[in-house]
Amino acid sequence: MTDPDMADRTYVTPLTPELVEQVVAKERPDAILPTMGGQTALNLAVALAENGVLEKYNVELIGAKLNAIKKAEDRDLFKQAMKNIGLKTPPSGIGSTLEECIHISEEVIGEFPLIIRPAFTLGGSGGGIAYNKEEFEVICKSGLAASLTSQVLVEKSLLGWKEYELEVMRDLSDNVVIICSIENIDPMGVHTGDSITVAPAQTLTDKEYQRLRDYSIKIIREIGVECGGSNVQFAVNPVDGEVMVIEMNPRVSRSSALASKATGFPIAKMAAKLSVGYSLDQIPNDITKKTPASFEPSIDYVVTKIPRFAFEKFPGSLPTLTTQMKSVGESMALGRTFQESFQKAVRSLECGYSGWGCAQVAELDWDLEHLKYNLRVPNPDRIHAIYAAMKKGMKVDEIHELSFVDKWFLTQLKELVDVEQYLMARSLSHLTKDDFIEVKKRGYSDKQIAFATKSTEKEVRSQRISFGVTPSYKRVDTCAAEFEANTPYMYSSYDAECESAPTKRKKVLILGGGPNRIGQGIEFDYCCCHASFSLQSAGYETIMMNSNPETVSTDYDTSDRLYFEPLTVEDVLNVIDLERPDGIIVQFGGQTPLKLALPIQQYLDKHKPLSASGSGHVRIWGTSPDSIDAAEDRERFNAIIKELNIEQPKGGIAKSDADALAIAADIGYPVVVRPSYVLGGRGMEIVYSDDKLVMYLKNAVAVDPECPVLIDKYLSDAVEIDVDALADSHGNVVIGGVMEHIEQAGVHSGDSACILPTQTISSSCLNTIHLWTTKLAKSLNVCGLMNCQYAITMSGEVFLLEANPRASRTVPFVSKAIGHPLAKYAALVMSGKSLNEIGFTKEVIPAHVAVKEAVLPFDKFPGCDVLLGPEMRSTGEVMGIDFLVAIAFAKAQIAAGQKLPLSGNVFLSLNDFTKSHLERLAKAFLGLGFRIVSTSGTAHFLELKGITVDRVLKMHEGRPHAGDMLANGQIQLMVITSSGDSPDQIDGRQLRRMALAYKIPIITTVSGALATADAIEKLKSCKVEVMALQDFFNVEQQKDYSKNLQSASSSL
Amino acid sequence: MELAIKNRIAPTTQNFLTPKPKVKSLRVFSVKCITSLSSSDVAATGVADRPWKTSDARLVLEDGSVWSAKSFGARGTQVGEVVFNTSLTGYQEILTDPSYAGQFVLMTNPHIGNTGVNFDDEESRQCFLAGLVIRSLSISTSNWRCTKALGDYLLERNLMGIYDVDTRAITRRLRQDGSLIGVLTTEESKTDEELLEMSRSWDIVGIDLISGVTCNAPYEWVDKTDPEWDFNCEGRGDIYHVIAYDFGIKHNILRRISSYGCKITVVPSNWPASETLKMKPDGVLFSNGPGDPSAVPYAVKTVKELLGNVPVFGICMGHQLLGQALGGKTFKMKFGHHGGNHPVRNLVANRVEISAQNHNYAVDPASLPKGVEVTHINLNDGSCAGLAFPALNIMSLQYHPEASPGPHDSDSVFGEFIKLMKEVKQKA
Repeated sequence: MTDPDMADRTYVTPLTPELVEQVVAKERPDAILPTMGGQTALNLAVALAENGVLEKYNVELIGAKLNAIKKAEDRDLFKQAMKNIGLKTPPSGIGSTLEECIHISEEVIGEFPLIIRPAFTLGGSGGGIAYNKEEFEVICKSGLAASLTSQVLVEKSLLGWKEYELEVMRDLSDNVVIICSIENIDPMGVHTGDSITVAPAQTLTDKEYQRLRDYSIKIIREIGVECGGSNVQFAVNPVDGEVMVIEMNPRVSRSSALASKATGFPIAKMAAKLSVGYSLDQIPNDITKKTPASFEPSIDYVVTKIPRFAFEKFPGSLPTLTTQMKSVGESMALGRTFQESFQKAVRSLECGYSGWGCAQVAELDWDLEHLKYNLRVPNPDRIHAIYAAMKKGMKVDEIHELSFVDKWFLTQLKELVDVEQYLMARSLSHLTKDDFIEVKKRGYSDKQIAFATKSTEKEVRSQRISFGVTPSYKRVDTCAAEFEANTPYMYSSYDAECESAPTKRKKVLILGGGPNRIGQGIEFDYCCCHASFSLQSAGYETIMMNSNPETVSTDYDTSDRLYFEPLTVEDVLNVIDLERPDGIIVQFGGQTPLKLALPIQQYLDKHKPLSASGSGHVRIWGTSPDSIDAAEDRERFNAIIKELNIEQPKGGIAKSDADALAIAADIGYPVVVRPSYVLGGRGMEIVYSDDKLVMYLKNAVAVDPECPVLIDKYLSDAVEIDVDALADSHGNVVIGGVMEHIEQAGVHSGDSACILPTQTISSSCLNTIHLWTTKLAKSLNVCGLMNCQYAITMSGEVFLLEANPRASRTVPFVSKAIGHPLAKYAALVMSGKSLNEIGFTKEVIPAHVAVKEAVLPFDKFPGCDVLLGPEMRSTGEVMGIDFLVAIAFAKAQIAAGQKLPLSGNVFLSLNDFTKSHLERLAKAFLGLGFRIVSTSGTAHFLELKGITVDRVLKMHEGRPHAGDMLANGQIQLMVITSSGDSPDQIDGRQLRRMALAYKIPIITTVSGALATADAIEKLKSCKVEVMALQDFFNVEQQKDYSKNLQSASSSL
Repeated sequence: MELAIKNRIAPTTQNFLTPKPKVKSLRVFSVKCITSLSSSDVAATGVADRPWKTSDARLVLEDGSVWSAKSFGARGTQVGEVVFNTSLTGYQEILTDPSYAGQFVLMTNPHIGNTGVNFDDEESRQCFLAGLVIRSLSISTSNWRCTKALGDYLLERNLMGIYDVDTRAITRRLRQDGSLIGVLTTEESKTDEELLEMSRSWDIVGIDLISGVTCNAPYEWVDKTDPEWDFNCEGRGDIYHVIAYDFGIKHNILRRISSYGCKITVVPSNWPASETLKMKPDGVLFSNGPGDPSAVPYAVKTVKELLGNVPVFGICMGHQLLGQALGGKTFKMKFGHHGGNHPVRNLVANRVEISAQNHNYAVDPASLPKGVEVTHINLNDGSCAGLAFPALNIMSLQYHPEASPGPHDSDSVFGEFIKLMKEVKQKA
């Protein structure tokens, strides 16, 4: 959305009221639309309204007015509003003493069980569910003690109630429609973003549904959302149908996005039109084109959404689902039945399951008690616990009593287990055509059938195809086929009639990235979308295939045709068979399509399908899967590097513990260890000694010849460089951007801040980097994008760390920083165009500076540490852009949510590896007028250098300690590099978690701290100004532009 | 299923029976259901048995397509007109809506039966429809009000149902070709050709279906909408006496009028106008009902005799009869309107109402005399959805303000009927 051609004016700027005011002052807009940007935008709108900016500049809030936002967001106002229209909300109250809590429990609520939630706690401790008075008092006491503000929320427990959501739209003429109803499989207690949800609602009669519909309409009117989309959540008691209103979002939300993909009704697009005065009946339905948008979509399929989690990245936090959302992404699937859509959604998740059941899942080995616990306590893998429980013979009733999952869903799952039992008792050759149809209709993948019949996926596929059992593709049309659909938005099902109607045009299939996860987020979706846009303009029909409802690529109007499908070999081959495109693009969607590249290539080699356009065979476009594999396979890659005379850190591949120790002894500590073939630095660690290495091998990853461990020299204090390059099929290579990381090598590049253009790198090092990148691209026959990571040591030696012949996470950042859409260029290059034809022949060095900073989700994961390391944990990123490096960095920090203090106390605590920087760091902050606070070790070191330090006790040393200072607001900034030893694991971690809770900026690297000091210095001396992205490039075009261009590396 | 799968590959050749010229003949309900006591839908869980039922039913459409499916409910052979309904909820209300007499209802929502059936959601004393066509029959029920599974209910009521058929493919066919006559059978002995012949020799146009669904004698109606479900408790004042002509009336029309404070007498479709006027009602309601308004001239005559003498309100069939009584024409639509999501512009209140609709015939507004106003328009196709003739105190809606199933957006029209009766009474 921040592409400069998306809007007339684009500001990439931190979303703070001050800076938004600047934008308002510059642009003088007539209105602000605050209902599209989630909670951030709503909060900003409230701030701007309350501090008088809107009035001052005469700007109107459209979509939702201040009052409406407040009514929906303020707990008490909302309750009162619901009371006004006769609707119930769960009774609750906030108590700050035990007496107050008891009063709430007896007078306000009056019945057990009760939920007690302490406000503002560390690690979410101290809360719980009380079933009787005695228990209630115990939990309240501990809750009050755990709360930093001595407050607990006491609320009637809706444990086991069913949860529903309705998506509502209203226009300025007061017409209201419901777009979609959603039923949560996980009952009340789990955040809807973390719940498995199904659309449409399955277990409501018409009377019950219409009641929720009436309530939703009343609510949107009472809250006063004038126009646009809203989301209302209800709890329904399964015993007697009693309804309570849980909450209402006066804006489009995550659920709106899901509902839009689920129904084909683009809620946000319509909401935008409504906000400028259109009424629903004036806008045509986007899909039928003939009927108006003032209707309620009817769907003739079932949609299942399953969230994807990343608890393994946050050790210390329990994988338990609560009302705090923790998922990092989601998959969605459509099928004609719940079973079909559910199975497809499970395999779309890409968590190693080919569907639900029909696999040796870990839960099958659990004992009954363990299983019961996992049925009772919501967790990411509960559906697999349900499977294991059913396989062990547990009855639907019992599973329901433990999990409160509605029996309708459980019986559907039970039938899947029955089908599995049937399959298990048969061999593949005994399955009839009818069997295949029945099984495939229930969403089973070929892989699952192969597991059950003890055969291979390939055998199942060929048997199935020999019977003529292939999927038919149905269209999503908002109207259950009542009207003709003009939009080819499709999903597969094993039903009779296929509506796909593929064309004979020249066409390209683009494989998307699947569910968002840490390490593979919307950056890849950006690339897929851009590929689609550019190939469309180049005259190709583009076909998108993806399973992620949070993306732009799965908007039905992004590509010519959309297949909302799991990204597995089976599903992709089915689409290839049907569409027979000229080209298939696998390098934009991250690891997901890359992993499919080899099997697809094998299939194409074997079957040699002709393209539907009649111009040759179906091919994978761009860098060949073999080259991709060469870059991923350590041994093949090492051979290439050696041949090209490119240096990389010393290292080796260990296939046993002894190997590992020998390699470490040879290259010397510290070393980086990691399992081979990993994504996002999973399981990667920096190890400083033999003991630690042994411990790593024992605890983190088991080494065996099948799964070797890679051991490389860790380059202490090296600067890391990221390079994105473009290569065409004519042998030309152009560097897209060279980024200098702020955090030292060893911090995962995805979690590290980086600067473009580079600031401290010598031209000789840059030349080496250009030379090596070009050599590598040519050697790997890269066609399209390639990303390389280098490390430059203090002495100026350059080492290659990694090379990936595909689009990288940094492509959108580089594109926006240099003003060239690299992904678009890459797609054109893959279609055969040369870089010359595209007009991108030279590296662009902008006059401004762009800084990328990672956004980390630590506050959502109670108990986990906040240190950065080789394992990626960020879930998003921001960009700061300015002509001054320090201001660009400051903008990125502010945008990432760090409130940089301009004065006060800095807490410094550095480990032995980083102590050498301590003096410089301390002096930097002293020079800015900060006082230094330290515990004994760091303080002693500084005092020896003659630096004044305020000493404070460590948390285990007695009181008052560092934590007390934090709590009392005496510390404004913390710089902590962890020693990783056991006292630190307790003491240091707790302190870091406290800083997080009190929202005190905490920096865990020396380089980050130094950059922050620079930023603070600049913030003190100059004002942060905003400038539109378009202007950065206009200004630079007016200057003598050619000076800033380096010679194309292709000439090397 | 096998045939259906083949349909996808070659929909126009392999499995289509040779089309023959259509022979019109006016036979109704030529085939009766026979009840089978064998429980038809028990999923086997044993290892040896297939955990699903194999196909045992066929749906043959007059266009020559044959759809193999699985049966539930009653067994036998049945002929009817296939219509699709796009409502996501409310299958029980649809099953008990007398307007579906002579029709197979195909639900486009794939999962049907999830909430079973219950006491409150009945819209008439029995099911008059010919059968139910669905994609997936629920294997269990989940709802606090559920008293019975859908399959058992159909069996008890001697109704045929089929599932595991590509309902979307059939819907697309109906959308393209218009409503089709179909024959549903579980009898293997009947050949596809016989069934096709049966479908072609049956017709629903011009048939009086109302006499088969109306009540036998007048009765008083007292039930209001249950407080548990009432959603609009405003505007209750004086008590008005309404006579409701039962052309196949849905109970919720009566409950809503009763909730608005009326005393109601329900009369059979052939109840003479003179008798009605003798009872001195404040208003007369012409209800919804099945089939072709042209097939019931006696009802049109009754309506004509009442016009001008008393405020009247027509719903659905009642609206069409009013259209005819006013001298207008009605025509059969391609596939009608059946669903709960139709946008209607209320021209009087100038707002869009999302409405429940169920009709195959419509009034041609161009054919109506001067003075008759079109008050409501269906925004999907511009068809006439409501009329008023203020001079004669007439109001009517083509669709279902009583909802059940469907949204409650148009409920206020009952208040307008009360207002009309009040005005007339005050003038008098």
